[in-house]
Amino acid sequence: MGKTFKKPEALSDTHTHYCPGCTHGVIHRLVAETIDELGIRGRTVGIAPVGCAVLAYNYFNFDFQEAAHGRAPAMATGIKRVRPDLMVFTYQGDGDLASIGMGEIIHAANRGEKFTTIFVNNAIYGMTGGQMAPTTMPDQRTSTSPFGRKVDEVGMPIKMAELLAALQTPAYISRQTVIKPKYINKAKKSIKQAFTYQLENKCFSLVEVVSTCPTNWGMTPVQAVEWTEKTLLAYYQPGDYKVPA
Amino acid sequence: MAKVLMKGNEAIGEAAIRAGCLNYFAYPITPQSEVAEYLVRRMPEVGGVFLQGESEVAVGYMIFGAAGAGERVFTTSSSPGISLMSEAISYIAAAQCPAVFVNIMRGGPGLGGILPSQADYLQATKGIGHGDCRLLVMAPASVQEAVEMVMKAFPLAEKYRNPVMILGDGLIGQMMEPVEFPDHLKTEATNKDAWATNGMDHRNSKTRNLVKSLFLDPVQLNDNNLVLKAKYDRMRAEEVMSESYHTDCDYKGLIVSYGTMSRVCRTAVDMLKAEGIDVGMVRPPDGFSVSRKGRCRGSDEAVVHPCAEHRDEHGPDGRGC
Repeated sequence: MGKTFKKPEALSDTHTHYCPGCTHGVIHRLVAETIDELGIRGRTVGIAPVGCAVLAYNYFNFDFQEAAHGRAPAMATGIKRVRPDLMVFTYQGDGDLASIGMGEIIHAANRGEKFTTIFVNNAIYGMTGGQMAPTTMPDQRTSTSPFGRKVDEVGMPIKMAELLAALQTPAYISRQTVIKPKYINKAKKSIKQAFTYQLENKCFSLVEVVSTCPTNWGMTPVQAVEWTEKTLLAYYQPGDYKVPA
Repeated sequence: MAKVLMKGNEAIGEAAIRAGCLNYFAYPITPQSEVAEYLVRRMPEVGGVFLQGESEVAVGYMIFGAAGAGERVFTTSSSPGISLMSEAISYIAAAQCPAVFVNIMRGGPGLGGILPSQADYLQATKGIGHGDCRLLVMAPASVQEAVEMVMKAFPLAEKYRNPVMILGDGLIGQMMEPVEFPDHLKTEATNKDAWATNGMDHRNSKTRNLVKSLFLDPVQLNDNNLVLKAKYDRMRAEEVMSESYHTDCDYKGLIVSYGTMSRVCRTAVDMLKAEGIDVGMVRPPDGFSVSRKGRCRGSDEAVVHPCAEHRDEHGPDGRGC
């Protein structure tokens, strides 16, 4: 009897630095499985962000570049424009993509750059120690909103999937989550769909993955899953926001 | 090849193509926008890539991405735009990728003006962006020199796996002069399979490549800086250019000047000579050969400052510059 479950070739055989209860590991695996299944490992270039996934290239096993904070979509643009035969994706968090990198993601999406973005939204800056992000929920406590996010001072959290879906050019904008198996299967399907669209030379594709950060939320992994399902998913609703015509 | 009359900015764009660079990303800024306006028509003719980015910040990283993927790539900008690109230049230098940046300088600081200026000398030559990074810098004094320096910049960038800057100014960019594009300066791009993220299949390799600048381990970071330092030292030793004018006499003063100003100063030397005053000139076409209080190759005697210094420190005219 053959093996029915194994580590994807696109993942390195190493331990990650991610915290217990963090969902980066699951998302890494879904991306790696997709790359294996599509047989594109030898022509894929990933771009790591600045944030918790800055070391993502240690966990994936194919060519990788490391961007400055927020600039991954500009780097992906540079790679894909000069080497359209490569499969290019950025892997970015919410501080990286929705704050400092807002300009780069909007314009790359609007130009219809033919790469894929995996956008990991956990409503907080993880790597720098739990500061408020543009995606932080109203009244959510972080190290720079210790009394809770005050929307009358800093506005409501940005819904990136909806914002990007308002653009006419992108091909595929979807929001998923990976906090429970039933969601993981959908997220996998969505990530594979995004890469498949890129293979078909369709314009920009993005999958937002609503994620957990138990460490900086001050919760146990189980509490984090419950809070994500009850609070984050009520605001960041999963679904396809834009699909090719 | 016959000479053609071309505007400096257009000649710079054409020179890159003739050098074998078919990838250009840029953002409009006066006084260099004609490079983009020229290349948007020209790149499709040669099967090249032209893209107008959303900002100089983004363009800097488009250059980084393309260079990291192993392709020849360049951009052009002017002073405030170069400041915005300097973040990416630091990353590119740290990750050791070859790329060419052309700075058609305008007056500063701040928004400054749009007329020619040589005010970015320190930024270009003494470190640009954060951290210990250095560029190879070449400063043309004519459109012809701009063409040749652009063509030489790509193999130099590849030789050192480092960004190279052409430090021109609004005069070089806007002036029309007869130019030719020397065929012998067209070079084949070097093989970048050892480090570029050009795809494992592309290079028939089972090993992946990484293009990065993060070294969390301080020992590794130190090691990377030592590698870069050794490279910068090698650039200084191997790539210094210098040019002397009217220094084979008992000159009473020595002008040190670069770029457009060296051309103006050459005329001044001739005019002074006609009046019976011997003044010599030393010109570093690159930015590495002159350092403050350092010696300039081509002049054994003079201690020079970046711009000019009187030969006799106690002379009646005091210091130039």
